[in-house]
Amino acid sequence: MQVDKHHYVSSATNALTPAPQKYVYQQEVAKLIDTTICIGCKACQVACSEWNDYRPDVGHNVGVYDNPADLGPNAWTVMRYNEVEENGKLQWLIRKDGCMHCEKPGCQIACPVPGAIVQHANGIVDIVQDLCTGCGYCIAGCPFDVPKQNPIDKRVYKCNLCVDRVFAGQAPSCAKTCPTSAIMFGSKADMITRAEKRIAELKSRGFANAGLYDPEGVGGTHVMYVLHHADRPELYSDLPKNPTISPMVRFWKGAFKPLAAVGFIAMFAAAALHYIGVGPVAEDDEEEKKHD
Amino acid sequence: MTNHWVDIKNANLVVVMGGNPAEAHPVGFRWAIDAKINNGAKLMVIDPRFTRSAAQADEYVQLRAGTDITFLLGVIHYLITNDKIQHEYVRNYTNASFLVRDDFAFNDGLFSGYNADRRAYDRTSWAYQFDEQGFAKRDPSLTHPRCVWNLLREHVSRYTPDVVENICGTSQERFKVACELIAETSAPDKTMTSLYALGWTEHTVGAQNIRAMAIIQLLLGNMGMPGGGINALRGHTNVQGITDLGIMATALPGYLALPSERAHPDLRTFLSVVTPKLQVQGQVNYWGNYPKFFTSLLKSFYGDKATPENDFGFNWLPKWDRLNDFMYTMSAMEDGKLNGCICQGVNVLAMFPDSNKSIRALSKLKYLVVIDPLDNETSAFWENHGEFNDVNPASIQTEVFRLPSSCFAEEEGSRVNSGRWLQWHWKGADVPGDGRNDTQNIAGIMMAVRRLYEQEGGKAVEPLLNMSWNYANPEQPSPVEVTREMNGRALADLADANGNIVVRKGQQLSGFGQLRDDGTTACGCWIYSGSWTEAGNQMARRDNADPSGLGNTPGWAWAWPLNRRVLYNRASMDPQGNPWDPKRKLLWWNGAVWTGYDVPDFTAAPPGSAVTPFIMQQDGVGGLFAQGKMAEGPFPEHYEPVESPIGTNPLHPNVVVNPAARLMENDTKNLGTPDEFPYVATTYRLTEHFHALTKASKLNAITQPEAFAEISETLAKKVGVKSGDTIQISSKRGVIKVKAAVTKRIKKLRVNGQDVETVGIPIHWGFKGETVKGHMANRLTTAIGDANTQTPEFKAFLVNVKKA
Repeated sequence: MQVDKHHYVSSATNALTPAPQKYVYQQEVAKLIDTTICIGCKACQVACSEWNDYRPDVGHNVGVYDNPADLGPNAWTVMRYNEVEENGKLQWLIRKDGCMHCEKPGCQIACPVPGAIVQHANGIVDIVQDLCTGCGYCIAGCPFDVPKQNPIDKRVYKCNLCVDRVFAGQAPSCAKTCPTSAIMFGSKADMITRAEKRIAELKSRGFANAGLYDPEGVGGTHVMYVLHHADRPELYSDLPKNPTISPMVRFWKGAFKPLAAVGFIAMFAAAALHYIGVGPVAEDDEEEKKHD
Repeated sequence: MTNHWVDIKNANLVVVMGGNPAEAHPVGFRWAIDAKINNGAKLMVIDPRFTRSAAQADEYVQLRAGTDITFLLGVIHYLITNDKIQHEYVRNYTNASFLVRDDFAFNDGLFSGYNADRRAYDRTSWAYQFDEQGFAKRDPSLTHPRCVWNLLREHVSRYTPDVVENICGTSQERFKVACELIAETSAPDKTMTSLYALGWTEHTVGAQNIRAMAIIQLLLGNMGMPGGGINALRGHTNVQGITDLGIMATALPGYLALPSERAHPDLRTFLSVVTPKLQVQGQVNYWGNYPKFFTSLLKSFYGDKATPENDFGFNWLPKWDRLNDFMYTMSAMEDGKLNGCICQGVNVLAMFPDSNKSIRALSKLKYLVVIDPLDNETSAFWENHGEFNDVNPASIQTEVFRLPSSCFAEEEGSRVNSGRWLQWHWKGADVPGDGRNDTQNIAGIMMAVRRLYEQEGGKAVEPLLNMSWNYANPEQPSPVEVTREMNGRALADLADANGNIVVRKGQQLSGFGQLRDDGTTACGCWIYSGSWTEAGNQMARRDNADPSGLGNTPGWAWAWPLNRRVLYNRASMDPQGNPWDPKRKLLWWNGAVWTGYDVPDFTAAPPGSAVTPFIMQQDGVGGLFAQGKMAEGPFPEHYEPVESPIGTNPLHPNVVVNPAARLMENDTKNLGTPDEFPYVATTYRLTEHFHALTKASKLNAITQPEAFAEISETLAKKVGVKSGDTIQISSKRGVIKVKAAVTKRIKKLRVNGQDVETVGIPIHWGFKGETVKGHMANRLTTAIGDANTQTPEFKAFLVNVKKA
C-alpha cells in the first residue's frame, strides 16, 4: 500500500490528508514505533482516545510521567517511561505500549468463541466485541498483557490498529498524529526497510546493539519497535525478551479442543486452570477501581 | 527566530539551552529530529534537568539554574584561547575591530557609569570612539588595546573551566565536551542552531543570556547561515505576533518606541532622539527610516485628524512616565493605586509570579473585568477553595465581570509563528453561548466609553475621539479590515524618484519601502507591510514548494520582513558574494541585483563593496559589544539570581545580583535566604498541558492529572520521601503541597564548595478544571524580573522541601 507521506520527515509542511485509496487487503501491514525518536508527548494516546471515542478516568500522579498508569479498556495505548543509568550516562527510555498484533496471536488462540477475535489478511488482530463473552481467556493468552476487560460490559478491549482507517487507506490515528514521525505505518516490508536505515544510523552514533523488535516467539508482530538496546528489551519498561504463548493456552486449544464440543466442562476446567495459573480477570477490575 | 522552524534541519549541531522543545514545542521539534536523521547533526541539551529533549540528545550537560552566562562566557573563553573562530566573518561582519571609549571600564562586577541610588547606569561611556567626521574608529588588525576584540577577550578571561565548574556545578570534563562540539561549527561549512525559550528569558539576567549566545554565534560565523541563528521558540501560537505589535509597556507596533513624558515633548525631538545615527560611512542604517514608519503609524491611528500641523497627533499618544509593565501594575494595585483592571488573554492568578500578592492586589480593586473563554482562577480569585485558595469572600469587595470570549478556532485571522511567518487561519466553529470575539469585546467597551464622553463630555477626550475607526461595523472590526490596516495603504498617489506614479491613492502598499514621513501613507505595523497587498492576502498562501531544498518555502504564508525567511542572509556569503558553504547557497549576484531562494537582506551594493550585512544596525555589523542598548552592560556578566543558594557571587562578592534589576519594596521584603530556603527551584511546562488553560480539557487532564514536583534521589533521601508521597514546598512567599516525583534526571550539584539541590515544579494546576485540584506553583515565585524586559525570574528561586 502507499504510505501516507505525512509520516516521513521530508516535507517542509504537512501534506493534506490523502484521499481514500484503493486498499490491497492481503498485503501485510505494520506499525513501526521508533523509540529512539519518540519524545513521549502522549499525542498518540490522545489521538487514540479521540478516534476510538473512549475516555479513561482522570487518575493521579504516583511519582512518574505514566498516565494513565496502565493499559485499560479505555486506554488502548500508554506511554511507559524508564530511567536507565549505565556507566554514568542516563537514558530516559520511552515506549508506546499497546497491542503488538502478533502473527500468531495468543489472544486469538486462547479465545473459545469462533469469530470473536479475528486476524485480517493484512495481519491486524481485532476483537469483535459483539461476540465477546467476557471469559477473559485472551487476557491469559497474551504474552504482552495487553487486552483489558471492561468491568461494566465485561467485554475485552484493545488496540485494533484503527482497522477502520486502514481499510480506507489511512494510517492509524497514532501514526497520523505523531509529531516526530516516531510512529510509521505501511507494509511490513517497507517498515522493515525503514527500520534497517534507522538502525544503521543508530549504530553510527555508537548504539552497537540497536535493532528491530519483531519477536519470533509469536511469529513476528505487526507492531514493531526500533530499540537502542535490542539485546535488552526489558529495559523498556519490561518489554518481554522472548514472548511466547503460554503452554496452557496451546494445551487448551490442542488437546482439549476436540472435547470442547461435549459441553462447557472443558471450558470451566480451563477457566479454573487459568485462574490458578495466571490470575483472575478480577485483578484488572481492581486496577480499574484504583484508577477511578 | 532569526531563522525558522524548518531551517533547524540544516544544522550540524542543535544546541538546546534555555528551552525544552521536545516538551514545549513537540511539533517544531520534528526539525531537530530531522537534522539528526537526515543531516547527521548532533543534538546537545544544556539544562538543570534531564528533560524529554535531553532524552533525545547525543550529549546532555547539567548546570545550575541561573548560571547560563557563566557557562556561555566560558565557551567564549574556550573559543578564543583555542582559536576556534570564523576569523574572516568576525573581521568583516562584527564590531570586533571597533575602538571603545577610554572611559569605558569594568571593575569588581560593575561597568562604568553606575548610579547605586537609581540602580541604573549612565551608559555614555559604553560607546565607540569617533573620528572628526563622526564615524567610529576601527583597527582591522585587532591589536589596539581598546578594540572590542581585546576588550571581549579580557572580559571573558575570568571564565576559566574551573570557574565554570565552581559556579555552574558542571564538571570540567562535561564542559569540555560542550565546548568542543560548539567549536566544531567555527568551520565555514558547519553551523550550530541555538534553540531557546523561557529558560533563558525568565531570569533577572534573561536578555543577557541571549546576548551571550549571540556573541558565540557571531564568533562562529553562524548568523545569517541556513542552519544557524539565534532562535527563540515562542510559546503561544501568536506570542510572536503580540510582541511585534508592542507587548512592552514602552513599545508601539513594529518595535517602535512609545514616547516618554520627560524626554520627548514633540514629534521632532522624539524622532531626532530615537532615529539611529549612521556610525560607519557608507553603511545602510535602515532604522534611519524611523520617521517614515512612525508617521505612517500615527496616520493609521488618527487618520484625517493627523496633520503635519498637529504633529500627526503625536500629543494624543499616551506618554510613559515610568515602566508601567504588568509587575509594576500588580505592585501599584497591591498599594491601592488602581481601582479597575481589564484582564484579557491571561490568567493572572495562575500565571503571574507570587499568587498571594496577586490575590492581595486583586482584592484592592473596585472592579475586575476578565475576558476569557473559560471560568478561570482569576475570575474566581475571591472564591474559597479550601487549602487551594483559602480566601474569605466576605472580605473581598471587588466586583468581577466575566466576558466570555472565543477560542482561536472560533475566529479567522493571522497568527505569527516563531519563524516570523504570518499564517492566515480560518474559523472552524461559532463561539458558543454568549461568547464574543476579542475584537468585539474590546471595540464594544471602546464604543460605549466614546458614547459616554460624547454625551457627557470630560477631560482629555481627544485621544479617544480622534482615533480613526473606519470599520464596516464599528462594534466589531473584522480581522480582514484590521490586517489590511496593518499592511498599510497610500493616502495619496505615490511617485517614485522619477516622478512616475507607483501606487495610486487608496491602494494597498506592497512593502515598507513605500512608506513616507509626510502623511501620504498609513501603516499599522511597518514590519507587516507586504502581508496584504493589491495582490491579496499573502498570509493565506499555501504553496509548500521548496526550490532550494533548504526548507525556505517562499510561497507558504508570508514572513516579516518582506517575506524574508533567514535574517541577515547576506552574511551567509563572504564579502565577494561566495557562499561560505556551497550547500547552503541562498543568494547570488545576477549582475545587477542580489537574487536567490530568499529575499535578500541587503541593498543592491555589488559583491566586494564596503557595505556590510547587518543593515539594521547603525554600524552595519553584528555587535559583540552592545554599545548602550542593554540595561546592565555592553557585555554579559554573571550575576546570581535574586535568591541565590550560595548567597554570594564568587566573581565579585560586592555585586551579587544584577545591579540594574528593578527592586520594588513589595517584592524585596519577601525574598528568602538559603539558611531558611536551601534548595533551588525552577518552574516549567510539560508536553501534556498548555499553561493553566488545558487543565480545563479532559484529555489533557487524563495525561497529566495531578500537580507534582521533581526532586533528586539524594534530596528525597534527605527529606525522607519516596516517589508518590506528598511533599510541602515553601518559599518566602507561599506554600504548596504536591506529589513527589523522585528521579535520576535531577542531580545534586557541587557549587562553590557546597551541595546544591534542584526542585523542578511544573505549573499547570489550579483550583479550576478537569484535573485533580492542585496548588498553583506561582504561590512560590518572585515578581522580580529582567532588567531590560521585566520578565519575572520564574526559573531560579529558593525553596524548602518537607514531607507533608
